[in-house]
Amino acid sequence: MAQPAARSASVDVERRPWVGRSIERVEDAALLTGRGRFIDDLGTPPGTLHAAILRSPHAHADIVSIDAEAARRAPDVAAVLTGEQVKAMTSSLVVGVKAPVECWPIATERVRYVGEPVAVVVATDRARAEDAADLIDVNYQPRAAVIDPLAALAADAPVLHDGFPGNLASDRSFSYGNPEQAFAEAAHRFSIDIRYPRNSCTPIETYGVIASYEAAEDAFDVLANFQGPFSIHTVISRALKVPGNRLRLRTPPDSGGSFGVKQGVFPYIVLIGAASRAAGRPVKWIEDRLEHLTASVSATNRATKLSAAVAADGRVLALDWDQVEDCGAHLRAPEPATLYRMHGNLTGAYDIRHVRVRNRVVVTNKTPTGLNRGFGGPQVYFALERLMQRIAIGLDLDPLEVIRRNLVPAGAFPYRTATGALLDSGNYQEAIAKAVEQGKLAELMARREEARAQGSLYGIGFTAVVEPSVSNMGYITTVLTAAERRKAGPKNGAQATATVALDPVGGVTVHVASVPQGQGHRTVLSQVVADVFGLKPQDVRVNTEIDTAKDAWSIASGNYASRFAAAVAGSAKLAAERIAHRLARVAASQLNVEPVDIVFAGGFVVSKRNPENRVAFSRVAALGHWSPGSLPDDAGQTIRETVFWTPPELTAPDDEDRINSSLCHGFIFDFCGVEVDRTTFETRIDRYVTMHDCGTILHPAMVNGQIRGGFAQALGAALYEEYAYAADGSFLTGTFADYLLPTTTEVPEPQIIHMETPSPFTPLGAKGVGEGNCMSTPVCIANAVADALGLEDVTLPLVPAKLAGLTRGPEPEPPAGRSSAKPAREGDRRLHGEGSASVNAAPDQVWAMLLDVTTLQAVIPGCQRVDKVSDTHFRADVTLGIGPVTGRYRADAQLFDLDPPNAVTLRGKAEGALGFGDAEGRITLAPDGKGGTKLHYSYDAAIGGKVASIGGRLLDGATRVIIGQFFAALAHQAGGAPAGGFSLFALLRRLANLFGGRQ
Amino acid sequence: MTRLAAHSRYPVRLSLNDTPVEAEAEPRMLLSDFLRHRIGATGTHVGCEHGVCGACTVIVDGMLTRSCLTLAAQVDGCEVQTVEGLAPSPDRLGILQQAFRRNHALQCGFCTAGILMSLDHYLRRNPSPREADIRDLLSGHLCRCTGYTPIIKAALEAAAELAATTEEKSDA
Repeated sequence: MAQPAARSASVDVERRPWVGRSIERVEDAALLTGRGRFIDDLGTPPGTLHAAILRSPHAHADIVSIDAEAARRAPDVAAVLTGEQVKAMTSSLVVGVKAPVECWPIATERVRYVGEPVAVVVATDRARAEDAADLIDVNYQPRAAVIDPLAALAADAPVLHDGFPGNLASDRSFSYGNPEQAFAEAAHRFSIDIRYPRNSCTPIETYGVIASYEAAEDAFDVLANFQGPFSIHTVISRALKVPGNRLRLRTPPDSGGSFGVKQGVFPYIVLIGAASRAAGRPVKWIEDRLEHLTASVSATNRATKLSAAVAADGRVLALDWDQVEDCGAHLRAPEPATLYRMHGNLTGAYDIRHVRVRNRVVVTNKTPTGLNRGFGGPQVYFALERLMQRIAIGLDLDPLEVIRRNLVPAGAFPYRTATGALLDSGNYQEAIAKAVEQGKLAELMARREEARAQGSLYGIGFTAVVEPSVSNMGYITTVLTAAERRKAGPKNGAQATATVALDPVGGVTVHVASVPQGQGHRTVLSQVVADVFGLKPQDVRVNTEIDTAKDAWSIASGNYASRFAAAVAGSAKLAAERIAHRLARVAASQLNVEPVDIVFAGGFVVSKRNPENRVAFSRVAALGHWSPGSLPDDAGQTIRETVFWTPPELTAPDDEDRINSSLCHGFIFDFCGVEVDRTTFETRIDRYVTMHDCGTILHPAMVNGQIRGGFAQALGAALYEEYAYAADGSFLTGTFADYLLPTTTEVPEPQIIHMETPSPFTPLGAKGVGEGNCMSTPVCIANAVADALGLEDVTLPLVPAKLAGLTRGPEPEPPAGRSSAKPAREGDRRLHGEGSASVNAAPDQVWAMLLDVTTLQAVIPGCQRVDKVSDTHFRADVTLGIGPVTGRYRADAQLFDLDPPNAVTLRGKAEGALGFGDAEGRITLAPDGKGGTKLHYSYDAAIGGKVASIGGRLLDGATRVIIGQFFAALAHQAGGAPAGGFSLFALLRRLANLFGGRQ
Repeated sequence: MTRLAAHSRYPVRLSLNDTPVEAEAEPRMLLSDFLRHRIGATGTHVGCEHGVCGACTVIVDGMLTRSCLTLAAQVDGCEVQTVEGLAPSPDRLGILQQAFRRNHALQCGFCTAGILMSLDHYLRRNPSPREADIRDLLSGHLCRCTGYTPIIKAALEAAAELAATTEEKSDA
């Protein structure tokens, strides 16, 4: 649809296009002065209520009962919703595979992951809603949990959903070419077993939803920092039981990062929508950080076995993929998309014609998964590029040479991969040659030799990666069989949309449905459209908010799959060109020239042949409003143009399951040098070189910004970040002190090198660039670390303890007589400890106080009440604070092996909003010879829930403080205070609930 | 120290960017929430509420402070500076802000307010920092968009420019 008049006018006064220049961002002035408009900065309608969510402390348990009466009666509480109420008002969320399984935004009858919503409390403010949530009594009957994807497939594994027998949600096998023959005939076979961990890009702004149910029209108006894809709009409206035109979904002007993650806000849109309906008022919910880390969304973890049939010269003839994808407790839309996003690209940057694939999707007792930057790429390339290094080592070849010998040939584009992707353009050989030269690989090799000669652990890693962008909305249907697809109807394409409008004084406005979270879309669009109209970027106002009730949008709208530059910016160009084409006709008639003689430049519409003959752009632009009768009859309106653009290359999967999963394919070649400290096993990035061919570059500084940002997140994934779970499903990384992000002191500046091979399939020649380093960098660093340490297997994140274990073997026992080291943090939530104290009262006196309810009630801090069930069985309600979090606990304790007044064993458990614990302790009392008592205690406890998530750092300190305070108080009481006494019960309660740290 | 009743509201008066402000707060209200929701100064952002991410950093009586770990009642009578007070006028950016814009040192801008406050505070006291100093200072801030290096570059450029401006002034 490109028009000559418009195209030739792509210049400013200096005759240089704005596209391709790193102009300052239009977004920045507001953000730098505190005037951003993020969701929590916007006003709410009068009377808006606030929601707090009570979440499961258990990874897997039946909900026996929920008593929410006290919460409902609490001051300023408008509504309390449990699964039962939500279920009555909504429908199950759509599940992405054909199976008799439901997926609710809140637990109904059973909880399946720590952090799963159990109740929603709506009150006049958030604090009161949280207060009331503490009053809800949930009685859980714990079940065995499974957190490992392969363990979930075992015959005796606990089953999460009856509709997924054996926890298997999907099992599909594919064959392309003739892999059997290739494997039978190949000189070599190499295999690798990979466990890719769970992590997330964790935006610094959390989720937010403001929902309002309008009963008069049976419609919802929702503001949420959702990021798309808007195919999810259909999932939400269906769940809220209204047609799509009665779900008005809007986004705020600014969003504090997403990286895919804010797709996962959608179950909360349903939940808060239902809460608004129940309360009859608008309801607002802003997620807190603990909620976000525990239960927002995670990238998938995956177990992969990848084998290659390899010729003697290192050529890979065939691949055999066996992937087991862990989507967590529920298969939420659009999962299992993470597994299929890369389906067309399973051969990476290589010319491999034979591929066998088995894709299994399993559910486990972990947070459900969703979009995350890289989306399937990190998991696939970690296996593929680790295997390429293995092949090189196995055949005694240079790893870079093995990469080179397998690349897609330079003249082969557009190149159809074995699994169906159409690689649009590129020259991988030239890109690598450029990177090797400009990135000074020879120098880096010499540096490695030098470092090794001096005894350093230095390694070099390589990665070649194809970065797909602009997802085919039909790729996910590859999970269905061809017959199922025929029945369901075709799904394909990637509708992008842009609207360009001219106002009555000739001002230009652009609207797109791209929903940016900091990527500078408004700036780039102003450049693109300014070029078409011969204006300056500041003459073009861009709006990127979306309102599904008023704006042009489609299911592919949103900010994901790196689709902005390739699809959305291109659509804006097309829309502007359509208007420019008509304006050229209007101007031609005014200037008395032919339309082909018209150009747009410097704020004027000008005759090319006679530049003196011109008219101001604003004058021509305004004419459609003020004097439509003056327009040439066949010019059409010049006020507003909306373009929908979808590339014809994005077709549905064919009957052989070949799928062009993405429109554009950038190329990345990375290499890096790392040094691993011999003593600490800390990995330091010495040099990182990253070569990108992302087609035409629209704004160089923003492209580099995407690369640097992706690189830093990938560095975190490689070295620090993991959503860690204990064996029982307790979530262990609920704070930023436990889930470690890289900071300024860890992230170096990568050397960025560019090459531009325009995409023939996009209006501007641009390809996506936002996700590539999340795919290439984790495995590049892993390859370098493997090279440094001579390791065959490495697992992310490459934390020092892991590398030390892999290199040195298990930690030796400490010398006799020394206290043993703290047990490894991972998976260890059993707490042991012992201690002693002196109390200034005789043993029989202390003993009596311990069994007296009145004494107990008086001395247990925060005690609401104590009930004596029998002489040796107590129940109590206690409010206790650990660090900044205070919660109410219900405790139940029994005494055994009583030997008055010498010794007693206690067993007890406690449960509350902050978690649960059970403990056993033995306490002995002995006279100290001075009329007092020498008391010794030892305990063994286990904790779970929120207390486990906030981590050892906080709990270690809290434990020390509480023990100290307890004995100080005890000594004080025994010294003659009226209610004096030592509370065995309090001690047990504290052991059971609070001793999260290891002594 | 006055004992405050948990469910009562108390007036909190402070100087915000050299302007007196006053609003009521319950004793448990955080300074971050007070600034944002009571005063309407939403430039200070909340990223983690446990003091790690640094997005909520403000200056209280000359000290860098995590407003999410500070109670509103604690700052009664204090001088508080926030991102809203950095620009010389509503239509102009300060030197540090300009350096951020020039270097593309922000993307989503959510963490930016806290980083600007830390840098503004630091550069006033340390006019010629080394890169390592800036990296050390900003290790208390999390940014997920930029990969940090443009922020470091902007800070060093701003420091140089501020130093030059100060010299000019002292010459004059």
